Amino acid sequence: MTPELLIGAITLFVLSIFLGVELITKVPSMLHTPLMSGANAISGISVVGALLGANVAYDGGQTVISGILAFVALVLAMINVVGGFAVTNRMLNMIAGKKRGD
Amino acid sequence: MFEDWVSFGYLLSAILFVFGLKKLGHPRTAPKGNQYGMMGMAVAVVTTVVDMHFLPDGIVGWTIIGSGILIGSLIGYIMAVKVEMTGMPEMVALFNGFGGSASALVALSETWKWIEGTSPEPGLETTVTVVAAGLSALVGWMTLTGSLLAMYKLKGGIEVFGKWIRTPTWGPAWLNPVKGLLFISVLVLIYLSIDDPTNTDYLWAIIGVSCILGIILVLPIGGADMPVVVSLLNSLSGIAAAFTGFIINNSVLIVAGSLVGASGLILTVIMCKAMNRQLSDVLFKSFGGSEKQELTRTKVGSDAEEVAMMADGAQKIIIVPGYGMAVSQCQHQVKEFADLMAEKFGTEIKYGIHPVAGRMPGHMNVLLAEANVPYEQLIEMDQINPEFSECDMAIVIGANDTCNPAARTGEGPLAGMPIIDADQARTVVIIKRSLSVGYAGVDNDLFYEDKTMMLFGDGKKMMNELNSAIKEL
Repeated sequence: MTPELLIGAITLFVLSIFLGVELITKVPSMLHTPLMSGANAISGISVVGALLGANVAYDGGQTVISGILAFVALVLAMINVVGGFAVTNRMLNMIAGKKRGD
Repeated sequence: MFEDWVSFGYLLSAILFVFGLKKLGHPRTAPKGNQYGMMGMAVAVVTTVVDMHFLPDGIVGWTIIGSGILIGSLIGYIMAVKVEMTGMPEMVALFNGFGGSASALVALSETWKWIEGTSPEPGLETTVTVVAAGLSALVGWMTLTGSLLAMYKLKGGIEVFGKWIRTPTWGPAWLNPVKGLLFISVLVLIYLSIDDPTNTDYLWAIIGVSCILGIILVLPIGGADMPVVVSLLNSLSGIAAAFTGFIINNSVLIVAGSLVGASGLILTVIMCKAMNRQLSDVLFKSFGGSEKQELTRTKVGSDAEEVAMMADGAQKIIIVPGYGMAVSQCQHQVKEFADLMAEKFGTEIKYGIHPVAGRMPGHMNVLLAEANVPYEQLIEMDQINPEFSECDMAIVIGANDTCNPAARTGEGPLAGMPIIDADQARTVVIIKRSLSVGYAGVDNDLFYEDKTMMLFGDGKKMMNELNSAIKEL
């Protein structure tokens, strides 16, 4: 990693935090839980890291444990992602979907 | 050539997440927001797979990757579909723990590649990786243990060999400096491991201390503050993902992680405001549930016929649901009662929803919507409170702390929490299994007032009795 890359990553990090702060303003209380649950599903983005980590060959006996760790991470992240979006969807169908007949 | 452009997929994914989060905050657009989030995630995964295809070795772990995705999706989907709406808050906490630990495990996996392979050269890259992996471990493992404890706190306890053990709430004042010390010790361990990245002693120590931190962070918190903590842990799991992004130098992890981290924190603050609490008080001042008040008073219970007689000809009734309604799953009976009253006496029925009624904000909205209660009848606390003085009857179903006048006194665990003014109604009916204290452990004066009628029993059973009594009027 070069200093330029690191500075780029830090820039991304800081600006995204500011964006995240601005994104959420006034949220009605009935949406607190779905918003939390939806955001939670997005935090399962570490699935990307797990995918990259699990992509290892299992022939030479090398990198076995790191591969297993990444595999477990992949399973957990997928549970978080799929379960999180599905449960959010269920909640929203009940509260937001039926309102005002649309 | 093409492979250089693959990362644009991550940009698209990040944009979808931004729109998704934005839309999730408004009732009309919320379902769309969730779909945007799903699309963003799908784009990120596809981009990664395409990206890996262009690696020098290509994708060598097809079976592992495929089965991992399949198993995880299946488990997640089944859990999400099977869960009762009552248990939904616990489910969110559990998923959150999984997310945090996934980030921490990716970090650990990257570090383990060094242990199994060759030690890295000292330099900027190693330093960044070690620091990011350390921070990811700190936040990730903390999120896991904190979320699991929060889940059992929301459940109220854990069953071990058929015995119900109540989840403890414990947090003396001296625990706060301990938290600070443990936090600093993790930072020191991370600093030490910069020079010795493959030292597994440091690694285990970081993991162990982080796990303990998560537990003692959540242990002192109880009562109505639980949703706030889950929201905060959600924010932390985002930060963990962002740190993991630094390890593998991946833009979408950094962007999505910090987005969730920041917006989660703002949501946490909004939820605190809804309860008139400060986030720092929630975290560092032990509150609620620790000591239960002894009950010294008694109250004679009423029966359904009596309540039906009082309800006869009522102009306006406000129903105040709480966690008890969720537990007994009586939302359909409640709806039936509302329909009966409207049909028989033309009674105006409204529902007063406390922001933290149940175990999570929005819990009651979900349950009542499931029973086809019209959205317009669900009124938020601030709007409904002035209406109690002109209503004939308030029916409190399985709620306690959220309508406890003790909150107005400015003393005790409930002090300052805004409440539903059910005590302003002409008659108050409370459906509850006993006089026992609520989640915050405070006795409720409302139960003992003369105008209060207690219907002791399970919510569903009492609502059924009440409905048949109304029919016989």
